[in-house]
Amino acid sequence: SCPLSTRCCAPSGAAPAMNCRAEVLEVSVEGRQVEEAMLAVLHTVLLHRSTGKFHYKKEGTYSIGTVGTQDVDCDFIDFAYVRVSSEELDRALRKAVGEFKDALRGSGSDGMGQISLEFYQKKKSRWPFSDECIPWELWTIKVNVVNLANEQERQICREKVGEKLCEKIINIVEVMNRHEYLPKMPTQSEVDNVFDTSLKDVQPYLYKISYQITDSLGTSVTTTMRRLIKDTLAL
Amino acid sequence: AMDTDLSSQDRKDLDKFIKFFALKTVQVIVQARLGEKICTRSSSSPTGSDWFNLAIKDIPEVTHEAKKALAGQLPAVGRSMCVEISLKTSEGDSMELEIWCLEMNEKCDKEIKVSYTVYNRLSLLLKSLLAITRVTPAYRLSRKQGHEYVILYRIYFGEVQLSGLGEGFQTVRVGTVGTPVGTITLSCAYRINLAFMSTRQFERTPPIMGIIIDHFVDRPYPSSSPMHPCNYRAGEDNGAVYPSVEDSQEVCTTSFSTSPPSQCVFTVTKAHFQTPPPVVTDTLKVPVMGLAFSHQLSSSRLSYQPAALGVGSADMGYPVLFAGGLNAAHPHQLIGPGKEGGVPSVPTQPAHGTQADQERMCTPLDGVHYSAATPSSSEDTETVSNSSEGKCGSPHDLLETIFIRKVGAFVNKPINQVTMANLDIPFAMFAPKNVELEDNDPMVNPPESPETESPLQGSLHSEGSSGSSTGNTHDDFVMIDFKPAFSKDDILPMDLGTFYREFQNPPQLSSLSIDIGAQSMAEDLDSLPEKLAVHEKNVKEFDAFVETLQ
Repeated sequence: SCPLSTRCCAPSGAAPAMNCRAEVLEVSVEGRQVEEAMLAVLHTVLLHRSTGKFHYKKEGTYSIGTVGTQDVDCDFIDFAYVRVSSEELDRALRKAVGEFKDALRGSGSDGMGQISLEFYQKKKSRWPFSDECIPWELWTIKVNVVNLANEQERQICREKVGEKLCEKIINIVEVMNRHEYLPKMPTQSEVDNVFDTSLKDVQPYLYKISYQITDSLGTSVTTTMRRLIKDTLAL
Repeated sequence: AMDTDLSSQDRKDLDKFIKFFALKTVQVIVQARLGEKICTRSSSSPTGSDWFNLAIKDIPEVTHEAKKALAGQLPAVGRSMCVEISLKTSEGDSMELEIWCLEMNEKCDKEIKVSYTVYNRLSLLLKSLLAITRVTPAYRLSRKQGHEYVILYRIYFGEVQLSGLGEGFQTVRVGTVGTPVGTITLSCAYRINLAFMSTRQFERTPPIMGIIIDHFVDRPYPSSSPMHPCNYRAGEDNGAVYPSVEDSQEVCTTSFSTSPPSQCVFTVTKAHFQTPPPVVTDTLKVPVMGLAFSHQLSSSRLSYQPAALGVGSADMGYPVLFAGGLNAAHPHQLIGPGKEGGVPSVPTQPAHGTQADQERMCTPLDGVHYSAATPSSSEDTETVSNSSEGKCGSPHDLLETIFIRKVGAFVNKPINQVTMANLDIPFAMFAPKNVELEDNDPMVNPPESPETESPLQGSLHSEGSSGSSTGNTHDDFVMIDFKPAFSKDDILPMDLGTFYREFQNPPQLSSLSIDIGAQSMAEDLDSLPEKLAVHEKNVKEFDAFVETLQ
């Protein structure tokens, strides 16, 4: 089985800060299951890491909007998950996962790669230094794409991957339940350093998604950083 | 005693949070078992009625039940709020699937800020609950409810009772939130072995009450649609009016009576099942127990297995035939469909098996029936012909199986699966005599999942261990085949998905089997020279014989 492991050191290509907690999940899936499996994990994490929109009022108080949720059924996996009801967020994740899937399929790939979801805070620096991005939580999903020979195996795979994803969801929830470090609730002037306020209906913590594809030698040949949040002040 | 550190406002807030958290917890759990996809909208402007900043609808009946169960109290040490999810078949048999427990322990976190941190953590915990309710086995069962079974809930307050979950149940923790008055914990204990409970274990308790969440019940509230539509809009009315939960004027019921677990009567209209044609189609004998199913998420291929008793085969994969006695005396008796709507009836377990009972073929369905799988302790339960030997005479015992499938003539079939005497196989006597492991038969030994062991295997290979675990003889069970969309019963009352899976891996033709085929062929070939030699030796005799004929 695929245990959830917490590591102090970062996967190559990312450099989380000292206090960044890192969680690694591993899944083996068929090619056509990659997208749904990744979306299930990423959405589950983001469900826990998104709040309603903040509305600041006078005297430093704020009210919080409402987060809706919806069930998503997978087509290629016997599995269902809950995601935040936000089309923008869903689109952003699908875009990233789509790119990851294409890269996995591309040449030079042995079907192994990983996709990372990093939550970070921005720390403003004085000129001439650009703002820092300080990660505080890093989720890495390692993916191994398998090829199956016949329909029967695929059917079994549907079920097994479904079960594995159930385990992953439980693992994610365990981590969330630890109530470890979360950025402090920001004042109005600081909110953009903690949250992504660009979406109209929900407010996830600032996050980045990146991925790496491993070639057959096990070394990373492509490190691709994709910025999903237009963040002009980043690295 | 903990109140000294907590301001009265904080205490009031905390109590309110806990109360509404409990109500929302119940809503999330029950809604997750409705069998439908839930969908609520995000709203950037707070509406003021969405507790914990989450859009969770409030089904009024559910809130009502929860409040009744809580009776003005809050979860405290030794007083937990439990939501019990169970499954009830159309026959009236039921089985507990999960118990969700909201508990409080004594570990206090004095430092924590109530209005802020506790509130946000409760919100996070609800999100975790949303996620976890989709990953326990009951979720998938509940998505498929409607015809053969429905999912019920029951809320009670007090001590957690897990005994109804069967052996080896598993627990998943959803999360905890520390508060100044104690730590709230939310967890779920769920049954993993969905083998039906034996009649011995199942006391005839009154049917589990609760509001049935299925399509048949008339909703007592204005909206006429069966269950809440996915596109609930916060703030829109949708024609249905929900009393606002967050009503600051709302007064908790102040009665402190020790009310029994909330019960509420419902009625179910029986779905109409089609009469299954008594087609002889399958050979797999699986002892059946009322409505029995064995289902582990890990091996849903168990849907290969024939379906249960007492349920119209229209909805099940296979015809359900009850051998009134596949014994020597009554070789091919079949119990036809019962009277009521064509549901094959299960004879009630008589207090003492009488001969009359044995003769009785059909009994009207009148309540809760189960057939007890007879403790076929030492017998090979596979052999149909033994079905009546050594077992008490009542017909329900013979509700072992019968699923008679015509075995192909040249199929390499192990003998212990098939009763040669009774089955109408051409060349039956040439079927291999050696008792081979049922490895080739995908029905018995579904293509592997290396890691998980199908409980079905355990029960089918039940020589000697048919009682299998722990006095629970009735681990023998049958699967329900969940019917895929658009499939319907026709001539072969087997749904397409099952058919496909089943016949994907047909057993090997015996002549193609290297061992058997080659062996017999080899033997034949080997014996040829011998035979020829004998004939040659006797050629004079043969010639003489021929002459006498002329």
